[in-house]
Amino acid sequence: MSKKVNITINGFPVEIATGKTILEAAEEQGITIPTLCHHKDLCVAGNCRVCVVEVAGQNRLSAACATPCEEGMEILTNSLKVRNSRKQIIELLLAEHNADCTKCYRNGNCELQTLASEYKIMTQDFIELVPLKHFSIDAYSPSIIKDDSKCIRCQRCVRTCAELQGVNALTVAHKGDKMKITTFFEKAMRDVVCTNCGQCVNHCPTGALVERNYIEEVWEAIANPNKHVVVQTAPAVRVGLGEELGLKPGKSVTGKMVAALKRLGFDSVLDTDFTADLTIMEEGTELLTRLKKALVDNDKSVALPMATSCSPGWIKYIEHMFPEHLNNLSTCKSPQQMFGALAKTYYANARNIKPEDIVSVSIMPCTAKKYEAFRPEMHDSGYRDVDYVLTTRELAILIKQAGLDFNKLEPAKYDRLMGESSGAGVIFGATGGVMEAALRTAYEIVTGREVPFENLNIIPVRGSDGIREASIKIENPVEEWAFLDGVELKCAVAHGLINAKSVMESVKAGTADYHFIEFMACPGGCLGGGGQPIPTNPEIRRKRAEAIYAEDEGLPIRKSHDNPEIKKLYKDFLKEPLGEVSHHLLHTKYTKRERY
Amino acid sequence: MATSNQLKRVDFIFRNENDWEKILSSTLERKPQELINELISSELKGRGGAGFPTGLKWKLTAESKEKEKYVICNADEGEPGTFKDREILSRVPYKVLTAMAICGYITGAKKGYIYLRGEYKFLLPELNKVIDEFEYYCKETNLDFKISIFMGSGAYICGEETALMESMEGKRGEPRNKPPFPTQAGFMGKPTVINNVETLVHTFTIFKYGAKKFYDLGVQYSRGTKLFSVSGDTPKPGIYELELGMSLQDFVYEFGDGDTKAVQVGGASGFLVPRKKFKDAAIGFKGKLTGISLPTGGSMMLFNSSRSMFNVLDNYLEFFREESCGQCTPCRVGCQQLLLGIKAVKRGEKPASYLDKLLRLTETMQYTAKCGLGQSVANSFSSIVENFREEMIY
Repeated sequence: MSKKVNITINGFPVEIATGKTILEAAEEQGITIPTLCHHKDLCVAGNCRVCVVEVAGQNRLSAACATPCEEGMEILTNSLKVRNSRKQIIELLLAEHNADCTKCYRNGNCELQTLASEYKIMTQDFIELVPLKHFSIDAYSPSIIKDDSKCIRCQRCVRTCAELQGVNALTVAHKGDKMKITTFFEKAMRDVVCTNCGQCVNHCPTGALVERNYIEEVWEAIANPNKHVVVQTAPAVRVGLGEELGLKPGKSVTGKMVAALKRLGFDSVLDTDFTADLTIMEEGTELLTRLKKALVDNDKSVALPMATSCSPGWIKYIEHMFPEHLNNLSTCKSPQQMFGALAKTYYANARNIKPEDIVSVSIMPCTAKKYEAFRPEMHDSGYRDVDYVLTTRELAILIKQAGLDFNKLEPAKYDRLMGESSGAGVIFGATGGVMEAALRTAYEIVTGREVPFENLNIIPVRGSDGIREASIKIENPVEEWAFLDGVELKCAVAHGLINAKSVMESVKAGTADYHFIEFMACPGGCLGGGGQPIPTNPEIRRKRAEAIYAEDEGLPIRKSHDNPEIKKLYKDFLKEPLGEVSHHLLHTKYTKRERY
Repeated sequence: MATSNQLKRVDFIFRNENDWEKILSSTLERKPQELINELISSELKGRGGAGFPTGLKWKLTAESKEKEKYVICNADEGEPGTFKDREILSRVPYKVLTAMAICGYITGAKKGYIYLRGEYKFLLPELNKVIDEFEYYCKETNLDFKISIFMGSGAYICGEETALMESMEGKRGEPRNKPPFPTQAGFMGKPTVINNVETLVHTFTIFKYGAKKFYDLGVQYSRGTKLFSVSGDTPKPGIYELELGMSLQDFVYEFGDGDTKAVQVGGASGFLVPRKKFKDAAIGFKGKLTGISLPTGGSMMLFNSSRSMFNVLDNYLEFFREESCGQCTPCRVGCQQLLLGIKAVKRGEKPASYLDKLLRLTETMQYTAKCGLGQSVANSFSSIVENFREEMIY
């Protein structure tokens, strides 16, 4: 239906497409109506009430986010009645909020703070409720800290956890003055099904949900002359970081980021993309090996489809929700953990540094990576493989604290040994990227030819649909893989755990005939990760994805197996994919977990 | 609004006629459109307190093209001081069932639910017996309509129609955004008629005796009779069916103890009327509280001079603070602020003028709260604070 309705906004007549809300109509007209509980990723809640507007003829005000425009509506977005009510609602929220802004992690990027500032709330006449209640801080998780005293009960986190992720770790409990956002039986976040994906952090308007930061620990390591601090940067960080430092979304800042990291004092600035390429070598080989076992050896114990294992949020999810399918997971560690294990072995040897003197820091678009680094099995180098994980946001804080004028920095290049990467490694940051990178390599291993897509761009696996399917027919393979001749390799890509859930349900039901599935916990893949700059929305994620694919196209090496440092790594250290060293350092096991 | 000159007791609702099968079968022989017109011409308005025209509600649902529709009887009677629905369900439950079946026939709904207040669990055995009898009748007459009971769990907010539906769907009892209204997308997203228990019984009366008989009772804008739950400082507490439009003065003559200081009309979410305004206040639907008319779900609480209005308000606000669902800001935080605020004024921690700030807050709550709960806290608060300001302060 493309029908239009005629309304007036603040006296000016406008034509609006049927079905649009007052909020959307106002936005089209360049009028911002303040919101708190509203988020473009989520369903309409209409519970904060700061978006109220006046509709002529109605005594009560309407929530702009939840009210569709109707023919003849006369809307006032800024009448005295609206402003007074709105101001009073903000005052109420502040009365309930621990408004100790200078001590808040989100100081400067808080939607409530911005609103209070816009409406110039200079006094607090209402009775402060925070001192009267016994709020607690849940700081037990290595990834996420939840402070109820800063919660404004907008339920964005609850809707995120349910609608985007299908996890439902966060829920609403109690009613009235005791109503709160909590977990099953009010347990700590680390003790429930929480996947640490951090989407709740990304969608929280205030400081009620934040990442556990390791900023001071990293500064301390850098300042320690006896420590050699290596840093790795994940693919998606380079297309998000700029947003925290005053740039518009969609700008890739790889060179400036490397320059900044060098100026911060890291001893070696390396790239997770390198181990992304390595992941492709290991995971691609693993897939082909599984296919061989299944198709040639008729080995029934081989689990297919094989699922990717790069996303730690997804890993924790499957451990809780589909523990009977852990065999479907690739045994490959994520690129971060492969990097960590190599940093304290291969890299330490090559650079002749004692592994115990290496501090391994990673910059990730992710809060679940903090938990991943913390896992007991991630000590294969003999030490904790990755010592500190910082989010994109924390890196921006380091840069600001160091007083660097980011935009004036001359782009620099990654250091060598584990700093080289291909375009295939870069696109790990976008949903479908791991699949595309794997296909570029696996197809070539099997057939000796490049994937039959123009410019190596495997468009069918790209995009933003929650679940995408693609298949690629293998013809005229090289002798070693002759058994794959005529096989149609079927793949699926799912991002956002709610989509992962529906794919896994079909796997569980036995109706999924895929060979290989890429799962990413966060919407859009890592570029929409829980550690990326706030705000996030579909538009911002689209721009970040464009930047990632542009970066891929601009690189001289586009395929993981062409990465010279990867070749060197295998020649000097690992010998062969899935070899003994690989098995020890680069592969892992998973843990069955309960839902409750 | 015109007022009737004296209190008229009527007896329709509890008249025990035992002819529901006859009424049902004769009504189902008539055309749905004819029945809707009859209902509309009776000018019956919802008896839960909000007063939405019942005929229109049924008409809107009947007009919907959706195949699946529902009829819900709201028996979550939770308004403080109301206890009439309990009495209806224990004394004339078959009238409710009959009305639901007629509503199903008119609107095309095949399924009816009674949402029974958690505390009314004791009614279940008897109600189930009546439903069994009713089902037997339906089977005998090939009437495709089933009724089940859904037990509430004791939250006041679940009496709000959309929160009630959320609760029935297994979700947290929180009111929805409107639109869409239940007639468009109610229970399970399907068009739904949801009526108060008493409203349904009135439709029974209308289909039995004709709209005119009902219309002739009451006054303009407020036709028919209403059950009143009379409690508080009265020598004769109980449930009374009275014609609408009576003046509060007449009511107090009849039910007061000679020392009535104020009457709370419509429960905690209604209005408190002080003695000096009894003469001007009438019980009916038109307009807001201007000393003229008071819509009500039927709760009438009388207070005599021994009662402190501060304590009364304090009690209401404690109730609201706890029973707000907590999702929307004005209601969740507003109720807490009102309660703490009047206590602070009473203790001298806030100046008397703080009451004015609180009155402005209730205005904001009335304008902006998501549902009727938060919107109507202003009613009792402002009517008590404005009329008994000195009791709030000293």
